[in-house]
Amino acid sequence: MQAGAQWVGGLLLLVAAAAAPFLPNWVVSLATIAFANALVVLGLVVLWRVGLVSFGQALYYCIGAYAVALMGRWIGFTDAIALVLLGGIVAGLTAAGIGFLLARYREIFFAMLSLALSMILYGVLVKTESLGSTDGFSVLTPTFFGYAPHGAQLSRALYWLTLAIDAIAALFVGLYFRSVAGALAAPIRDNEIRVEFLGVSVTSIIHTKVVIAGVLGGLGGALAAMTIGHVDPAMAYWTTSGGFVFVTVLAGSGYVAAAFIGSLVFEVVRSFAVDVMPQLWQMTLGSVLLLTILFLPEGLGSLVSRLKRRVMKPGTAP
Amino acid sequence: MLTASAILTDGLVYAAYLFIVAVGLTLIFGVMKILNVTHGSFYAFGAYGAATAVGIYTNGDWNAALGFVFMLGLAMAIGLIMGIILERGLLRLVYGKDEVVIVLVTYATFLILEDVIGLIWGTQSYGAYQPMISAGNIEIGELVLSNYDIVLVVIAAAVAFAAYWSLKYTRYGRLLTTVIYDRETAAAFGINVTLVYTVTFLIGAALGALGGAVMAPKISVTLGIGVEVIVLAFAVVAIGGMGSIEGALVGALIVGICRAAAVHLMPQIELFVVYGVMALVLVARPYGLFVRAQPRKI
Amino acid sequence: MIKGRTASCWTLAGLAAAAMSLPAHAQTPAPAAAPVKLGIVSFLSGPAASPFGLPGRNGAEIVIEALNAGTAPAPYNKVGFGGTKIEAKYVDEAGSAANVVTDFRNLVQRDQVDAVVGYISSGNCLAVTPVAEELKALTVFYDCGTPRIFEEKARAYVFRPSPHATMDSVGAARYLIAKKKNLTSFSGINQNYAWGQDSWRDFIGAMKVLAPKAEADKILFPKLFAGEFGAEVSTLLTSKSQAVHTSFWNGDLEGFIYQQQARGLDKRMTIIATTGESSIWRLRDKMPDGTIIGGRGPHGPLAPDNAFNKWFSKIYTDRYNVPPTYPSYQMAQSLLGLKLAYEKAATGTAKPTTDQIAAAFKGLVFTGPSGEIKMVLGDGHQGIQETAYGTYRFNKAKKEPEIIDVMRFPAECVNPPPGIDADKWIEGGMKGAKC
Repeated sequence: MQAGAQWVGGLLLLVAAAAAPFLPNWVVSLATIAFANALVVLGLVVLWRVGLVSFGQALYYCIGAYAVALMGRWIGFTDAIALVLLGGIVAGLTAAGIGFLLARYREIFFAMLSLALSMILYGVLVKTESLGSTDGFSVLTPTFFGYAPHGAQLSRALYWLTLAIDAIAALFVGLYFRSVAGALAAPIRDNEIRVEFLGVSVTSIIHTKVVIAGVLGGLGGALAAMTIGHVDPAMAYWTTSGGFVFVTVLAGSGYVAAAFIGSLVFEVVRSFAVDVMPQLWQMTLGSVLLLTILFLPEGLGSLVSRLKRRVMKPGTAP
Repeated sequence: MLTASAILTDGLVYAAYLFIVAVGLTLIFGVMKILNVTHGSFYAFGAYGAATAVGIYTNGDWNAALGFVFMLGLAMAIGLIMGIILERGLLRLVYGKDEVVIVLVTYATFLILEDVIGLIWGTQSYGAYQPMISAGNIEIGELVLSNYDIVLVVIAAAVAFAAYWSLKYTRYGRLLTTVIYDRETAAAFGINVTLVYTVTFLIGAALGALGGAVMAPKISVTLGIGVEVIVLAFAVVAIGGMGSIEGALVGALIVGICRAAAVHLMPQIELFVVYGVMALVLVARPYGLFVRAQPRKI
Repeated sequence: MIKGRTASCWTLAGLAAAAMSLPAHAQTPAPAAAPVKLGIVSFLSGPAASPFGLPGRNGAEIVIEALNAGTAPAPYNKVGFGGTKIEAKYVDEAGSAANVVTDFRNLVQRDQVDAVVGYISSGNCLAVTPVAEELKALTVFYDCGTPRIFEEKARAYVFRPSPHATMDSVGAARYLIAKKKNLTSFSGINQNYAWGQDSWRDFIGAMKVLAPKAEADKILFPKLFAGEFGAEVSTLLTSKSQAVHTSFWNGDLEGFIYQQQARGLDKRMTIIATTGESSIWRLRDKMPDGTIIGGRGPHGPLAPDNAFNKWFSKIYTDRYNVPPTYPSYQMAQSLLGLKLAYEKAATGTAKPTTDQIAAAFKGLVFTGPSGEIKMVLGDGHQGIQETAYGTYRFNKAKKEPEIIDVMRFPAECVNPPPGIDADKWIEGGMKGAKC
């Protein structure tokens, strides 16, 4: 089953990549931002499997974004692939450090402490007038091994890069979910002490998950920074984190691919709501979230499983 | 000396504000284990309700004290109505789900209510300054204190005392303490937990609205005031210990005094005070200052 | 139950699919004799909606209506833009930089607007600028204040007729010094974000040049939207300053004014509110008499008494029952400037191209409701304009706010000359200022 899901995922990915030249530019950049944000969501899914939710995931997102922007600003470095990796690494190292602290926390306290940390970064950036404070500053146009595309070509190049990073991330996270540490997620969520009696350190498993989520957050932030072309401290603000958690619930934790589809649906719904009901878009988003929780408690991912159940058992009434 | 007394009074006033804002949040969390983001909406609706009430009583030339009571009353009534609609109409459906999912339910409700405010009151901002301006001020040496701020401190103290007294000495308070301690056992002993939930949520909602109402005269009542309050209240509650009333009081005092000291002595760090204190306290005491150790259930 | 649930989940999925497919419809090519499409972006939700976003939006609505009806005074009396009616699409500026940039792309590429007019937040202007340049999309900023937009790089498709924020701080300093000859100490309370920090930096810089003997005493930076300023008011009460500078706006400004009034701060020192004009119609008699009021240029009660101003403030007041404030004026000026550029570029009946309009806009000099605007900075992309400051008084007989003792400062007196960055100009002693 899992292998089947992988094939389907890979196929979807190829379709998404092949469609790029035929899509209007605005769709490509909307999808790029959605798929960049999906990495952060994927990180939250990793945490959510052990029942942890971070209201401060924007911390890593912002670090990844600022790493990219600062490299351009300080030394004029613009190679997209190296910058994305750098964003992931810097955010991952931060997560590794913070993880020593964070891994001791559970439930709402984990959420609150991560929120406090991201708000401190927000405060530091607001205070840093040399980096434009809340106005932020612009990111240099990225290049690809010396190739410097412009306009629609740049959008497509970033889109493909994002898809490639997404694919690698999805693959690794998928592998991790099937590893022993990954498989222990549900038992940890149900009862940590029993898992510890098995001789496993729950703290170190959670620490690993914090780092994975941090790396993914940094990658997402780096890609988003290059796509938007601008970074500002609001990337670390709690409402940004809230948005990621929102998409996580929308997507559900069942499938890796759900994070990507959920993120895309979210961007489309938001952009649709702003377009059609500029004064009621918050209400639209809130209603979508509420309806999802009430009627699709396992997220959009559960639509897939329902569909599958239907296909596998033809004849059973829905 | 002047600075020290200024820090103390400013800290106290700010703490009063924080406590009134946070107490409803911590009560709901203590009993229901719900981190209620909608609290920001209760605050905002309370403030808008108070602004409406102030408009009515200034137009009608009412007595100021009567007007003030009417303002608080109207705001709390709005809080109660919202509370009952939300608890009975929505939260009831999601009890038993993951804590975090419930947080998101309240977050979704908050988003919806933000736009509802715009639909009801429009996008313009409201001034409700009359109670504060008409209360006047007193001079103590160099310092000038607003009488309204003193009223604010008194209200906060009254709320704190009322909460303490009713938890300790009333029948309902004791039932509540039982539910806070162990919901399942309480239910097994025949306590109507559903009713306790409803009542608690109503009280919490009314307190949130009260927070907005008492602040309305000091601020400009405008879109987005709820957002600012949520995280502030979360921070206070996390410092004091989620669900602990005395924790909210101590948390509010700590943050209040630290912030006042920062403004007077080192204005450049003011931005970090709340989250800095929160992070430090959480590092030293992961579950906040006033939380009972949780038994680990195997 | 199960049936119900499945049904609703399919509705949801259908909704999502509809949402995805809908933009595709919007791509059908525009019919012949298409109207001029404008995207108008400003805050329609959140704290900046009431003071800036909606007055800006309303200003756009009323001006576009008048232009389409051809009732604006000459030289703006041609219908719409050069005889073609204008169709406006209003978009909310709220959300992250990513959202704002996405919505901008949608306007330009999906809705195919001919120009985008908007943006209040400087951060959003900075984020949109490179995208506008990349997409070669004509973009007119109407309110955001940061000088960085045209200082960082020359721009081809981005214009800002409204002067940048340096003018507001320099004008405030000049007025303060003119009115308080023996000022020895001043303080500042500004929001802790880019606007507040920049405003204070320019103000203290200008004060150092103009009144080197006066000292800055308390420098306060409360959090944006803090709402509660008790400790700040106490700090200011303990200061011996004769004046306090603030670039607070709307909610924070009004909250600060109420709270300081309850404790009599304005009896001890003069408040200089650089955006005060946008709040006078709400604060009315609560704004202390004697407060120094600015409005980011000569707008509202500070505006000159010309025919455009009479026309604009009348149509605005008639429609919205409240006089226009500075964001409405900035929006009106931006639209009128764009209209002139469009008509200057148009030859015959064909729509001018973006490049033609941009070339016509560059260096344009025009007069609108708040006087003359000269597009001279940023290689002809950034406007300068005279500014005015005055002292507030609530006229009890007429029950109306008044601004008295108005001083006007010529554009070249409060704006840097071309070719030098605003902060360097102030640091260097504001050389070349023609007052």
